[in-house]
Amino acid sequence: MIQLSVNGERYELDVPADMPLLWVVRDVLGLTGTKFGCGIAQCGACTVHLDGEAVRSCVLPVGAVAGRAVTTIEAVGESALGSQVQQAWLEHEVVQCGYCQSGQIMSATALLQRQPNPSDAEIDAGMAGNICRCATYTRIRAAIKDVGKGDQA
Amino acid sequence: MSRQSRQVSRRGFLKGSGAVMGGLVLSTWLPGFIPDSVAAEATAAGRLGDQTPRGYGAYVRVGHDGKVTVISPKIEMGQGAHTGIAMMLAEELEVRLADVSVEDAPPDAELYTDSIMQFQATGGSTSTRHAWQPLREAGATARLLLIQAAAQRWSVDPAQCEAREGVVYGPGDRQAGYGELVDLASTLPLPASITLKTPDQFRLIGTPARRIDTPNKVNGKAKFTIDLQVPDMLVASSLACPVYGGTLKSVDASAARQVPGVRDVVTLDNAVAVTATNYWACQQGLKALKIEWDLGENASISSPELDAALQKASSADGVVAHSSGDVAAALEAASSRFEAVYEQAFLSHSPLEPMTCVAHVRPDGCDLWVGTQVPVFAQQTAASITGLKPEQVVVHNQLIGGAFGRRLDYDFIAQAVAIARQVSYPIKLIWSREEDMTHDMYRPHYVDRLTAALDADGKPQGWQHRIAGASVLARYVGSLPASGVDADAVEVAIDPLYALDSLQVNYIREEPKVIPVSWWRGVGPLRSTLAVECFIDELAHNAGKDPVDYRLALMDKHPRAQAVLKLAAEKADWQTPLPVGQGRGIAVSAVFGSFVATVVELEMQADKGIRIKRLVSAIDCGLVTNPTSVLAQIEGGTLFGLSASLFNEITIEQGQVQQRNFNTYRQLRIGEAPGVEVHIVPSTESPGGVGETGTALIGPALLNALAAASGERLRRLPLSRAGYFPV
Repeated sequence: MIQLSVNGERYELDVPADMPLLWVVRDVLGLTGTKFGCGIAQCGACTVHLDGEAVRSCVLPVGAVAGRAVTTIEAVGESALGSQVQQAWLEHEVVQCGYCQSGQIMSATALLQRQPNPSDAEIDAGMAGNICRCATYTRIRAAIKDVGKGDQA
Repeated sequence: MSRQSRQVSRRGFLKGSGAVMGGLVLSTWLPGFIPDSVAAEATAAGRLGDQTPRGYGAYVRVGHDGKVTVISPKIEMGQGAHTGIAMMLAEELEVRLADVSVEDAPPDAELYTDSIMQFQATGGSTSTRHAWQPLREAGATARLLLIQAAAQRWSVDPAQCEAREGVVYGPGDRQAGYGELVDLASTLPLPASITLKTPDQFRLIGTPARRIDTPNKVNGKAKFTIDLQVPDMLVASSLACPVYGGTLKSVDASAARQVPGVRDVVTLDNAVAVTATNYWACQQGLKALKIEWDLGENASISSPELDAALQKASSADGVVAHSSGDVAAALEAASSRFEAVYEQAFLSHSPLEPMTCVAHVRPDGCDLWVGTQVPVFAQQTAASITGLKPEQVVVHNQLIGGAFGRRLDYDFIAQAVAIARQVSYPIKLIWSREEDMTHDMYRPHYVDRLTAALDADGKPQGWQHRIAGASVLARYVGSLPASGVDADAVEVAIDPLYALDSLQVNYIREEPKVIPVSWWRGVGPLRSTLAVECFIDELAHNAGKDPVDYRLALMDKHPRAQAVLKLAAEKADWQTPLPVGQGRGIAVSAVFGSFVATVVELEMQADKGIRIKRLVSAIDCGLVTNPTSVLAQIEGGTLFGLSASLFNEITIEQGQVQQRNFNTYRQLRIGEAPGVEVHIVPSTESPGGVGETGTALIGPALLNALAAASGERLRRLPLSRAGYFPV
C-alpha cells in the first residue's frame, strides 16, 4: 500500500511503486486535469506540484512521493497565487486547444512562488519544460508578467 | 401539442422555404429551431431530424428557461470556432453570448456539409467562412419566430415588437422571455423572408469576445477524449507494425497477461493492443509482448532514396495544372533566366493530445466518444468495420487537444473500433507519444522548381513552376480527377499575386509509399507560398530592387494584397536600415480567402545562431467576427510554422520513422518564441479564413530574412539542416 496526499486528501493505494504519479492521478484517482503528452518529461503537460515545486509526474514513480504533498491543476486555484494565475490566463486569452495549459499553469504558479516578479530570462528558464503546440507562448509570458506586477503592487 | 401535428405543419412550411427571398436561399440550411425537450428526445433517438422534418432545429434550440444551444457544424480544437459560431447566432437571435452554449453537430452530411470543402469537416480554415451565412440566418429566423409568437399572444403587429437580450418587448409594458414563447414559436411557419443585419448594426460581431470554452481549460475541468470515463471502460494501448504496410506475424502474450491490471491482448492485422485498468499497465503489457512482424516491402526504403526519387521527379513534366501565355517562348526570348529549387520536409502533426478514441461496440450499436474533424467519416468507418448501419453508430464529438489536421484522418478511430469489437466492454484507446509520432499521416516532402524569364531590368515576363510530391488529396479521397492534377497542391501556385505574361505550372505526383501523407496546417497554400515568396524575393535581389517595391510593382490587380504588404512593411519599419549581420524578410500571399503579409527581422549570432528580433503580420480577413481569435490564430499559427521551419523533418530509415518523441522531434519553447505583432485591416468584405494563414507566411519570411541578414540563401526547410538554431 502506498500512502499519498493529493490536493489535501489522503489516500492509501494498492498500486505498483514504479507506476508514474501521472497515471495514479489520472487513472486511479480520476483527476484528469493533469495531461499526458510524451511520457519522457519533455513536454510538461503532466506538471504537478510536489511540496510546491513543479515536477513532471509522467516519470515520477509514485513510490518516490509517498508522504509528500501533491497538488494538481484541480486544486491549484485554492491558493491565492494559483487563482491569480488562472485568472490572468483568461484575461490574456492565453488558451487555444488548452491541452497543455494545466501544465503551463502549474509551472507558472511554481515559478511565481519562487520569483514573485520574474524577468524574461527567469520566465524562459522556469517555463522551458512546457511545450505548447498551439504556440501560445507570447500570451503565457504576458500573463505571468501581469501576475508578477500584481504581486509587486 | 403532439409532435406529429408539429411535424405535419412544419413540413408544409418547409416546402415553401426553398424560394429565393430577399436574395437569401433558406432551403439549404432549414434553420428552424425547437425546444430543448423535443430535441432531447430526438437526440436520444440518434440524431436530430429522425422524427422531425430534416433540418428542423439543425442549428439552434431554445429551452423553456430561455437558454440557447447552438449546434455547431465546426468542432473546437483551439481555433475559437465555438465562440465565433455562438457569436454569429447570438448577434441575430438577440441574446447575450453568455446565454449560448455550444453542442457539436452529429454526423449528418446533408445538414452540416461545409460549403467550401463539400463534406462535413472542420479544417481548411473554413469555419468562419462556412458558418457566416447559415448561422446568422438561423439566429434571425428563430428571432422572427419568437417575435411572431409574442405578437400573436398579445394580438399586436409584430412590427410593434422588438427583441433584446432574450426578451421580446411589445407595446406598452408588454414583455416576454424567449423561454415562455418557445412552444408557440415552434408551431409557427418560417418567415417568408429574413433580412440580416448590416455590419454597422452589429453589436457583438467584431467586438473582442472572451472564448467560451476556456474557463474550464484553466482549472482541469475540460474533458478531452483522453479524459473520458464511461461505465465499465478499460484503457487500451497499441503497437502497430513499425513499418507502414507491414503486418503482424505472431505474438506471444503469455508474459503480458501476467502484468497486474492487464485484461486482454487483442490482435489486429497490423497491430497488437493490450487492454487494462490503466494506461501504465497497458504499456507494461505491451513491453512484455514478444511480437514478430512481417515488415513487408517498405522495410528496405530509407530517406536518401526517397529524396533522390523526388529530386528526379521535379525535373519531369508530370501534368500541366495551369498554362497561360507561352512560357517556352518567354524563356527562349528572355534577357536572362533565373532558376531556384525549394524543398520542404515530411512533417508530423504531433498535437499534444496523442491519438485517442473511446469506442463501445455492441451487437446492436456502437458509440464513439472522440474528438474528430470528420464525424461522418468516423461514423462510416465504424459502420464498415462492425457491419452495423451508419445510423447505429453514434458519434459523441469532443474537445480536441490540438489537431493541426491530424484528426481529419480516422485511422486511430478505425483501430479503436477494431479493438473494441473484440471485447465486451468500452475501451479508451490511447497511443503513446512514440506510437503517435511514428504512425502519423505526414505532411509530404515537396520539391518546387521554378524558372523565370527575365527582361533586361530583371522583371519576370513569366515563369514555369514544377511541383513534385505526394498527393494528399489522392490519398484522402482515393484518387485524383482525370486531369491528374491535385488541386490542393497547386493552389496559390496557379494564381500568384504577380502579373506574369506567361505562367505554366506542372504537377508531378511522386508517392513515397513508405509513409502515408495527410493534411497539415496550411495544406497546399503553405507549400506554394513558400516557393513563390522565396522565388519573388530572389528575383528582387537579382534585379537589385527592394523586395517590397519589386512585389508591389507586379501586384496592380490585387489592392488588398498590396495593402497588407504595405502595412506590414510600414509597421516593421521596413525602410529603416539595419546594421550588418541583421536583416528583414517579407512574404505576402492570398490564402484561405484572406490576404496576409509577414515580416521577420533577425540578427545573426555566432555559430549560425539566429535571433528573431521582430515578427510583424498584417491580415485582411474581411469582416472579423472575434478579433481576439484572429490575433490569437495569427500569433499561434505563425509560431507553429516557425517551429517546423526551424526544427522539423521526419526521416525514414529502413522503412521506419526515426523521430519518436519530442527529444528527437523538438518543438519551439518559450525562450525561442518571439512576440508576434499583428495588425488587422478593417474590412467589410466577406470573411476569410485565418487559422492557417500565419503558418503559411512564416517560412518564406524567415528564409528571406536569413538571406538578408547572412547573405546565405537557403532553399530547404528546416533551417536546422543547415546548422542554424534560434538563440
